[in-house]
Amino acid sequence: MKNLKKSSKDHLITYGILLLVYIVAEILIKTGNMSSLMQGILVPVCVYSLVAIGLNLCVGYLGELSLGHAGFMCVGAFCGAYTTKMLQGTINNEILLFTIALVVGVIMAALFGFLVGIPVLRLKGDYLAIVTLAFGEIIKNIINVLYIAKCSDGMKVAITDGGAIEVDEAIGEMWLVNGAKGINRIPHLSNFTIGMILIFVALFVVFHLVDSRSGRAIMAIRDNRIAAESVGINITKYKMMAFVISAAIAGAGGVLYAHNLSTLTATPTNFGYNMSIMILVFVVLGGMGSFRGSIIAATILTILPEGLRGLADYRMLIYSVLLISMMLFNWAPAAVNWKKKVMASINNKTSKKGQVE
Amino acid sequence: MAMLEVKNLGISFGGLRAVDEFNIKIEEGQLYGLIGPNGAGKTTVFNMLTGVYTPTDGSIVLDGQNITGKKTVEINKAGIARTFQNIRLFTEQTVIDNVKIGLHNEKQYSMLTGILRLPKYKKIEKEMDEKALELLKVFDLDGEADLLAKNLPYGKQRKLEIARALATNPKLLLLDEPAAGMNPNETEELMKTIRFVRDHFKMTVLLIEHDMKLVSGICEELTVLNFGQVLCQGKTMDVLSNPEVIKAYIGD
Ligand SMILES: Nc1ncnc2c1ncn2[C@@H]1O[C@H](COP(=O)(O)OP(=O)(O)OP(=O)(O)O)[C@@H](O)[C@H]1O
Ligand SMILES: [Mg+2]
Repeated sequence: MKNLKKSSKDHLITYGILLLVYIVAEILIKTGNMSSLMQGILVPVCVYSLVAIGLNLCVGYLGELSLGHAGFMCVGAFCGAYTTKMLQGTINNEILLFTIALVVGVIMAALFGFLVGIPVLRLKGDYLAIVTLAFGEIIKNIINVLYIAKCSDGMKVAITDGGAIEVDEAIGEMWLVNGAKGINRIPHLSNFTIGMILIFVALFVVFHLVDSRSGRAIMAIRDNRIAAESVGINITKYKMMAFVISAAIAGAGGVLYAHNLSTLTATPTNFGYNMSIMILVFVVLGGMGSFRGSIIAATILTILPEGLRGLADYRMLIYSVLLISMMLFNWAPAAVNWKKKVMASINNKTSKKGQVE
Repeated sequence: MAMLEVKNLGISFGGLRAVDEFNIKIEEGQLYGLIGPNGAGKTTVFNMLTGVYTPTDGSIVLDGQNITGKKTVEINKAGIARTFQNIRLFTEQTVIDNVKIGLHNEKQYSMLTGILRLPKYKKIEKEMDEKALELLKVFDLDGEADLLAKNLPYGKQRKLEIARALATNPKLLLLDEPAAGMNPNETEELMKTIRFVRDHFKMTVLLIEHDMKLVSGICEELTVLNFGQVLCQGKTMDVLSNPEVIKAYIGD
């Protein structure tokens, strides 16, 4: 019981910090004190935080390595943007439009998570890393050869052969997905507020999941698969549950990402292997199993390279020094002890107050 | 009807016949011991009974239900719970959560109920907490409920494993060397606890143990395994005074 209270207190602290950051950022924007460069990376920060939260569920709680979360983000981005393009004329309310795109993107990412999970999650061993790695690359390549157009005589789909479809924009025909050129003229529906709301919702889901019967089963599998089986836990079911939710959250990040751009393409930089690794770096540096840490790492490591742009030559130097110090801060025994002490003293203070009341 | 009836159970690993022609019959409520020298095949028998290994031959019937070849999860649901020779706890979780994981199938609510914190979540979690604490009390672990399992001393980890196994509400409890690594006082206490568990939960217990004091102190019947084969079977006193057993095992 005591344990339960402690974790919910920890969750409240995380929500509180986020709310504070949001309010401060909004004030800075409204008073004109935030550079346009900074304003421009607020949404990407939310995107990467979301995907990192999703990946942390998979790596930190399920204990399975995924090297393809950019792939799920990619599925979410394209399915979300596609939905928006389809419904653009029909639905005029922006919030509603985004919500529908979000639901579609999240469901499709979850579905792909499920499909990838079916063959892999039954196996014992580290197959997930390999298969997700391949999945991320394949999905990106498929999108680059996928052509879908809305023509006067109906929808047209082509794989590889985009030239087979003729689109005459003058008569209202349009490309929905134009191969390597991606999806064009996506309405700019994402903003910092929506990003923050998505993070709050994602945290709500993962915090509650982890602190429930299902979450305990997921962690039991991570800690000791054979023992988990011996107490009657259906391994495949709970692995699948964690992985699908993880993919769905990455998909939500993708939808947010897509609606922050006017042109969405699948390139090696945004949805490739490098992106998957970068998200993994956020998770590892922020601390496995710490969703708050994932957000902090994603934020610092996204803002910093932009902020350092002026320093040109020293940028990578400072970036790597920061990476190393974050690593030390998270893993060095001295730093870990210090953090424990600080957390303990905070908890003591608050619980003493609780006793008096 | 016997609680457990095993006939002609056997398994081979490559060329090695680890267990051969293994027969055992355990009545409900019995405290039964499985003994034998190192490498005799005792743990392998447990692994077959719980579906970790699929036997090459033979049949296993639990309380009238044929469970031969079933998966570990199904066998647990059918009513067999176990502990492990090399302790297998959920090390990164608290002591009470380890037991609550044992309650996984006993007290259920859906994933969505958990995420949305529906009223049922609160109700079942409360029941789980109460039931888990009750079990921890039996093993005098209620004071350590909020510690991480990995921070428990060795002897208490063994006890926690038993508590977790009991949480699944089994008909038959398998204990693989429950006293290993315990000092004489702890072993003495463990004997009392095992007896209490049998009486209080009306449990049938099959245990592997090298500690002869424990075996002769609490087991009513014994089976001796040697090189994968049953050497001798019967009432504890008769078995322990059998010259062949003394030669093969105790005289070792
Ligand atoms: N998975 C396996 N693959 C190959 N050989 C195995 C396997 N499991 C057990 N064995 C072999 O089967 C034999 C019996 O092992 P088992 O662990 O059952 O012995 P035990 O009676 O429990 O011994 P101890 O008292 O040391 O725990 C040993 O020779 C062991 O090496
Ligand atoms: Mg053994």
